Amino acid sequence: MADQKEQETSVFTEEVIKEVIFRVHRFSPDDGKPPRMQDYKVPVKRGMTVLDGLHYIRDNLDSTLSYRFSCRMAICGSCGMFINNLPRLACKTQILELEADTIEVKPLPNYEVIKDLVPDLSDFFEKHRSVMPYLIREEEEEKIDPPTNEFLQTPDELERFLQFAYCTKCGLCLAGCPTVATDKVFLGPMALAQAFRYNSDTRDQGFEKRLELLCVPEGPWRCHFAGSCSEVCPKGVDPALGVQLLKGQIVFTKLGLKKPHKIAPLATEKPEAKRRPGIPEAPPRTVKKE
Amino acid sequence: MANGTISKPENRLGIVGWFYAGSFSFERYAYILHRITGLGILLYFLLHIFGSSARISGQSSWESLMHFLGKPIFVAGEYLVFIAFCFHAMNGIRLILGELGFSIGKPGRPVYPYRISLNRQRPLLVVFMIIAVIFILLGGYDFFIAGH
Amino acid sequence: MREPTLWILHILAGIIILIFLGIHMGIMHLDTILTSLGVGYKNPLSWSSVLIRNKALFFTITYILLLGAALYHGFYGLRNILFELSLGKSAQKAVNWLLFFVGLFLFIYGGYAAIAAYVI
Ligand code: SF4
Ligand code: FES
Repeated sequence: MADQKEQETSVFTEEVIKEVIFRVHRFSPDDGKPPRMQDYKVPVKRGMTVLDGLHYIRDNLDSTLSYRFSCRMAICGSCGMFINNLPRLACKTQILELEADTIEVKPLPNYEVIKDLVPDLSDFFEKHRSVMPYLIREEEEEKIDPPTNEFLQTPDELERFLQFAYCTKCGLCLAGCPTVATDKVFLGPMALAQAFRYNSDTRDQGFEKRLELLCVPEGPWRCHFAGSCSEVCPKGVDPALGVQLLKGQIVFTKLGLKKPHKIAPLATEKPEAKRRPGIPEAPPRTVKKE
Repeated sequence: MANGTISKPENRLGIVGWFYAGSFSFERYAYILHRITGLGILLYFLLHIFGSSARISGQSSWESLMHFLGKPIFVAGEYLVFIAFCFHAMNGIRLILGELGFSIGKPGRPVYPYRISLNRQRPLLVVFMIIAVIFILLGGYDFFIAGH
Repeated sequence: MREPTLWILHILAGIIILIFLGIHMGIMHLDTILTSLGVGYKNPLSWSSVLIRNKALFFTITYILLLGAALYHGFYGLRNILFELSLGKSAQKAVNWLLFFVGLFLFIYGGYAAIAAYVI
């Protein structure tokens, strides 16, 4: 009991363990100065992340520092940065874990810089959009919007793509990719892994449509399995796995060695569920449907 | 630009990014080595097409070419191509298997600590690199010790 | 729709090269080791061994096969590298045609040498 107390106090200690230098990339589009690095001294407590360090700088040393973050728990994918030679999430990187006295924080490479540590991800999202990352069904009455009923999918079928659905669109993978380092139009690991994710979803019938978008020079053929995207992915999505499987999926399907997956049927019966007493109705839609 | 603003820095790593972009594992460097050895072999091969065509102009032109190419600098160059071939071939088998999806495992649930495709195919990488080194050593024996 | 076909041909060509260039490399550069094991022959670059290979149909055919596969594999790889430099659409077209014609020329030239050596 006493032991446990002692441990608790040492884990949650507020004491400053050491001081590190944050070497931070600075750039502002309207001060006319070229990009530069600026040093800040940051006292480090146990449990402090790089994002916490940036908060410290902004709160105490320099309020002009810009960076992007939201959830501070590796869920939103906003805080991707190039930290001590690897693309990482600032909120998922412990300062002490880096075992360095100087923490170099730069914006994610392979994206344009908007300001300081803020990369422009619009191309990245455009590439995602371009592979039709949504369920495509052929029959009119099964159109997903508005939903009529659920599709029946087994847990095994779910696991074939589930891992890729964990992607938070943080953009680290493209920052690590050697092809993206020179190739502006290559779709990149995230979009391609998402294409595989929807191609492999039994509820989806869009394979043929996506095939046209993928069988272009900027498709998965630009990937040579350096694997860096998977190494930096903070969510274990393993986009490189998705891209290689996508190549196999396309080629083996074209060669007739792989049959298209079976299509999840629409559940015929509405599940008999009664509203439990005391639970209010949902409020009316605020957005009108045409 | 007019009012003193600088356009957004592109921040793309460029060709430097093919060679180095941070502390990545060996596969990243196998990627660039594959590229360099490939280009080297291609260059040698193009010269080789013309060189070995000397055999249709008879014994004397063949032998004078072989005499010329027998200089130590060319032998060393050829050995470099041999090394490049051993690496490119062995790494190539690994890449074919990986890129067609045979050595990299299946998707599953991402449970921490994450195990990724790169880890799953790494034993293969080690085995093929050992085979490549064995061939490189055998070739070195043949090139420099056993004759020529 | 062309890209996956080109890509799988690149892999098939790679496998062909692996087999026949493996044999070629063995004959040319591991000759002392192989002869001590009882296969292959000494001095693969001497005129007499060149003559033997010139007149063997196996070598003539595999040389031409290897020539084609290696040119395709090498030029597809070069195309990959060039394409990854953010080429525009017209530059991509130019690279395609350039590599195609250079490759075709080299194939005809090298194929002619192999056949001529067999026939002479
Ligand atoms: S695949 Fe991983 S690294 Fe890439 S955007 Fe998704 S979560 Fe980020
Ligand atoms: S702040 Fe949301 S992922 Fe880091």
